[in-house]
Amino acid sequence: MANLSILIHLDYTLMIVAIGAALLGAVSGSLGTYAVLRRQSLLGDAISHAALPGIAIAFLLTGSKTPLILVLGAALAGWLGTLLILSIVRLTRIKYDSALGIVLSTFFGFGLVLHTLIQRTGNANQAGLDTFLFGQAATILESDVWTIGILGGIAIIIMLVFWKELKLLVFDEGFAASLGFPIRVLDILLTSLLVVAIVLGLQAVGAVLMSAMLVAPAVAARQWTNKLSVMMFLAACFGALAGVSGTIISSSASRIPTGPTIVLCATVVVGFSIAFALNRGLLWDWIRHQRNKQSLKVATDRLLKQPQRGSE
Amino acid sequence: MIQDHLDIQLIAIVTAVACALPGVFLVLRRMTLMSDAISHAILPGIVIAFFLTESLSSPLLILAAAGTGVLTVVFVELLQRTKLVKEDAAIGLTFPALFSIGVILISRFAGNVHLDMDAVLLGELAYAHLNRLEVFGYNLGPVSLYVMGTILLLNLAFILLFYKELKLSTFDASLAAALGFAPTLIHYGLMTLVSVTTVGAFDAVGSILVVALIAGPPATAYLITNRLSLMLTLSAVIGSVNAVSGYWLAYLFDVSIAGSIATMTLLMFGLVFLVVPSRGLIAIARRRTRQRWEFAQTMLVIHLFNHEGLPEAEAESEIAHLHEHLRWDPAFATQVVKYALNNRYVSQEETLLTLTERGRSVAQQALVQ
Repeated sequence: MANLSILIHLDYTLMIVAIGAALLGAVSGSLGTYAVLRRQSLLGDAISHAALPGIAIAFLLTGSKTPLILVLGAALAGWLGTLLILSIVRLTRIKYDSALGIVLSTFFGFGLVLHTLIQRTGNANQAGLDTFLFGQAATILESDVWTIGILGGIAIIIMLVFWKELKLLVFDEGFAASLGFPIRVLDILLTSLLVVAIVLGLQAVGAVLMSAMLVAPAVAARQWTNKLSVMMFLAACFGALAGVSGTIISSSASRIPTGPTIVLCATVVVGFSIAFALNRGLLWDWIRHQRNKQSLKVATDRLLKQPQRGSE
Repeated sequence: MIQDHLDIQLIAIVTAVACALPGVFLVLRRMTLMSDAISHAILPGIVIAFFLTESLSSPLLILAAAGTGVLTVVFVELLQRTKLVKEDAAIGLTFPALFSIGVILISRFAGNVHLDMDAVLLGELAYAHLNRLEVFGYNLGPVSLYVMGTILLLNLAFILLFYKELKLSTFDASLAAALGFAPTLIHYGLMTLVSVTTVGAFDAVGSILVVALIAGPPATAYLITNRLSLMLTLSAVIGSVNAVSGYWLAYLFDVSIAGSIATMTLLMFGLVFLVVPSRGLIAIARRRTRQRWEFAQTMLVIHLFNHEGLPEAEAESEIAHLHEHLRWDPAFATQVVKYALNNRYVSQEETLLTLTERGRSVAQQALVQ
């Protein structure tokens, strides 16, 4: 609530950017929960890099820079990359990490080739590579906020509709399969939702930092609870918090890029959660350890003070 | 002009081989993504060292950046050791944070330094040879060739010296520890090498495509062989082929060299994935089809064998009606009969099939099993 009252006093552009960043943080935070729980934290990194050739091809084919078309291209390429990773792992003995690394870097390399091709044609309307890599939160317009809100909202609603199925998939895939749930279809559905969240975030924080927006809020939320629903709600809140505070901090001084600041804010939330979270946090752990040591000491003292019986 | 071609290709080959060698161990140890993390996380190290030295190729910069790389590994492991964060998430948290610090540093002080963000992230092989080493006025060749050459020798020396230790700790870490081989030391040694190699390679290919050089050739070689020594050699060869073919592809279409080397890496991986004997996609598909025919043929001879010499034998071995008895698609039944005739498991008399000696023994064997 405190954030809201600050926002009212800020100018309109900043408010739009902050709202956009908050929405993005909330969407990627809640969908990232699944990625983190399934140990696929780095899938976001791969998808966001693999999206580059899609953007370039969409631009080459249509010649337009309309966000929706570029986003569609990015989503298709990101989705294709993920499918490739999954089939490499299934059909060869190459492990998940190597498959991810290969797809991430080579797709990106191919995107770079296409990008230089676009640059060479001298098209003034070219898709900016810098924007793709680092994002340009400052250019978020009101129409972008609507796009993020609607597409992100649809993704969240689909996720809520399939809540039970996805939950089962995440925690006990074998059991889900034995109950007759279509595992492959659910897997692809979850990945597609992730692709949507990532592609939406590219504009604001860029490809390199997008993985942090998926991972950090979820990891922070994980420290506070053991319940999936609570974790997801907290992750959405943390993501939104990081988005808003990053935007405000970067606007308060000159030449601080927004995307990296948002990521650092999210990292601070993670650090705080790991250190101070109730029950799981490091501080709590230390206190419990000290208390155990104390009670052990009391117990041994008492034991030693007792008259030795049965020793004769 | 010819000198330029040669220089660039030489730099590309040396960089590719230098990356592929430690990459083999990363792929085998399932730590490929650590190279992705390191290559991004060295950014603040590069920036800070650049503020101090104002040169992108000074040894101090390479050392500082490599130090940041090792620090990244330490961070990831500390996070993991709290048991609150899994390995993948620990990597996914650490490198974006360090990278963000680097980006903020660059844009805060962008006015004072000439450090191009694109140069760090994407590299540009086309200009790598322009910075030349000159001693007493003699032109001794491109600086980056010397830098990468040294790193290549370093990697080669490490792998040759600690080959046994690396092999053991990669395939059986607990045995290595039990025998007193200090796998932790080997691990950090390897990570230091990866950091140094990544830093050395970044101004040629940039930090994102380094991963293609580190992971691509070893993974391709891993599809071909089971032997570590052969995998190392093959990775080096594949890396060189990718580098040279990528260079000419880029020259032909006038596009980014690093990008087209990465593209060649993907194509090469795909090609090997398709055609490699026994493990490739084509081999798998052919094996499956053959198994399907063999199985159908066995079904056919068993069917004929079961009814052989019995009153209904004539009706059961009519070619035109086989598909009804075995519940096959008619076209498929014709194909199977042809296959079995070719193998001389059955022989055809008019419209009837009879078992040959060979077919009979196959049927008997199949039934016993």
